[in-house]
Amino acid sequence: MALTNNAISFSSVGQTFLTGSGSVTALDGVTVTIAQHEFVAVLGPSGCGKSTLLRLTAGLMKPSKGTVSVFGKEVTMPRDDVGIVFQKPTLLPWANIEDNVVFPVRHKYGRVTADDRAQARTIIETVGLKGFEKRLPSELSGGMQQRVGIARALFLNPDILLMDEPFSALDALTRDAMGFELLRLWQASPKTVLFITHSIPEAALLADRILVLSERPGRIIADLQVPTARPRDESALRTPEMQDFSAELRSLLIRKEAA
Amino acid sequence: MTVSETQGTAAAKTASTQDRQERRLPISEKLLRMPIVLPLITFVLILIVWEAGTRLFAVPSFVLPAPSRILGGFESVTAGRWFEHIWATLRVALIGYAVSFVISLPIAVGLAKSRLLSGAFYPLLVVIQSVPVVAVAPIIIVVLGTGDAPRVVITFMISFFPLVVSMTTGLAATPPELIELSRSLRAPSFREITQIRLPYATPYIFSGMKISITLSVIGAVVSEFVAAEKGIGYFIQFSTSMFKLPQAWAGLVILVIMSLVLFQLVSLLQRVFFPWSLPKGQK
Repeated sequence: MALTNNAISFSSVGQTFLTGSGSVTALDGVTVTIAQHEFVAVLGPSGCGKSTLLRLTAGLMKPSKGTVSVFGKEVTMPRDDVGIVFQKPTLLPWANIEDNVVFPVRHKYGRVTADDRAQARTIIETVGLKGFEKRLPSELSGGMQQRVGIARALFLNPDILLMDEPFSALDALTRDAMGFELLRLWQASPKTVLFITHSIPEAALLADRILVLSERPGRIIADLQVPTARPRDESALRTPEMQDFSAELRSLLIRKEAA
Repeated sequence: MTVSETQGTAAAKTASTQDRQERRLPISEKLLRMPIVLPLITFVLILIVWEAGTRLFAVPSFVLPAPSRILGGFESVTAGRWFEHIWATLRVALIGYAVSFVISLPIAVGLAKSRLLSGAFYPLLVVIQSVPVVAVAPIIIVVLGTGDAPRVVITFMISFFPLVVSMTTGLAATPPELIELSRSLRAPSFREITQIRLPYATPYIFSGMKISITLSVIGAVVSEFVAAEKGIGYFIQFSTSMFKLPQAWAGLVILVIMSLVLFQLVSLLQRVFFPWSLPKGQK
């Protein structure tokens, strides 16, 4: 694989946090490269530094050891071509859906043009919320609110989309529906996606490739290609090879927890 | 039909069944459900018991005047004089309140943004808050002389603390994800305050504003007790010194009404301009 194709690369990255009771090592010796337009899920137990991986890529923190690069350039501060979807939608409760989606522009540049609004409406339609532009977030269900969160992250048309357990606060049915929705969006407009999750079926359904992190200090203990071709639907999860694959992931996670 | 649409229609259905149930209620039940009716009934009952009690046991009016005597107390002074007193108190209360708000805001932003400022000044604010303002009032009057200035300062000292505390709490209560969003956009930091933190603090700011508005009236009255020739506080003190208790009670009633109206105005301000900041079920 040519170096120029790498969207994200971690080179022996370690992250240590100072807390009141000493230092905590969240990540240790993480080396991995993610190609452009690759959909990578990061799977691991809670508190293993999955979110740290995401925040390092976003430039929201600096690694204690090693380097993180995006498109071949070391990340020293947040970049314009990276969008983030958080665990909770964290919309602005006073702003309607359209204003929430254009918020990145209003916040960064202080003003919003008619073009921005037109683009926001297109994205709102893409995420399936046409007709809700003037509603307040509190009038929407949890799943719809997270769609707005995704629309807001897509608004600046980032090349890289970072998603921090975006569907974990949703009920099981909505969660599945949102997974397929995300696949549809990603296939329509391919982006490099780093998707943090602790759900094996979610990771197996969505990703091209799965990184399994160990418990703290987080190390990459497995780097696996998902054995199913796209496009995938629910039946993809029930094929024998996918069942075996899920079982393999599960044993990796369980072994870690027993250790 | 998408998931969201089904959810929408389901919500609409439950809302309409609720409406129908409300319409079917008998009129007496409907009246009782209005928020104003029950407290009003309680209030009228208390007045009746009060009036009957004072008459029955011949309670002297300097101990507890009957409601009818208090009503008479309103007539002892002309409407013009009442308005002068009311305006004097209201003016000081409102100016003091405005000063509190304008001073509290930058203090709160400083305290919320900087650990250094917070460490350096928060204890000092607590000390100021701990000073019994009634005891300091005479000193302030001597230092600042007569006129509105010392009264505004006294009102400020009583009413600013809840504002600072509620604003600081509110500014710090912003979801950390939104602060990260702001940082990831590399937005100027003043917009983090104006577009994220301040709006998020609005519900907190309003709870502080509701406490402070009634404290402002108290501040204005305290300042009038110490030195004034006008105002409801002055009027009550003057009336008691002349042993005209029903008249003093009438002044008290005016103060209560003034506080209630100001409190409701602040609530109205929130309901009209910031309806999203109300707790769920109060919209």
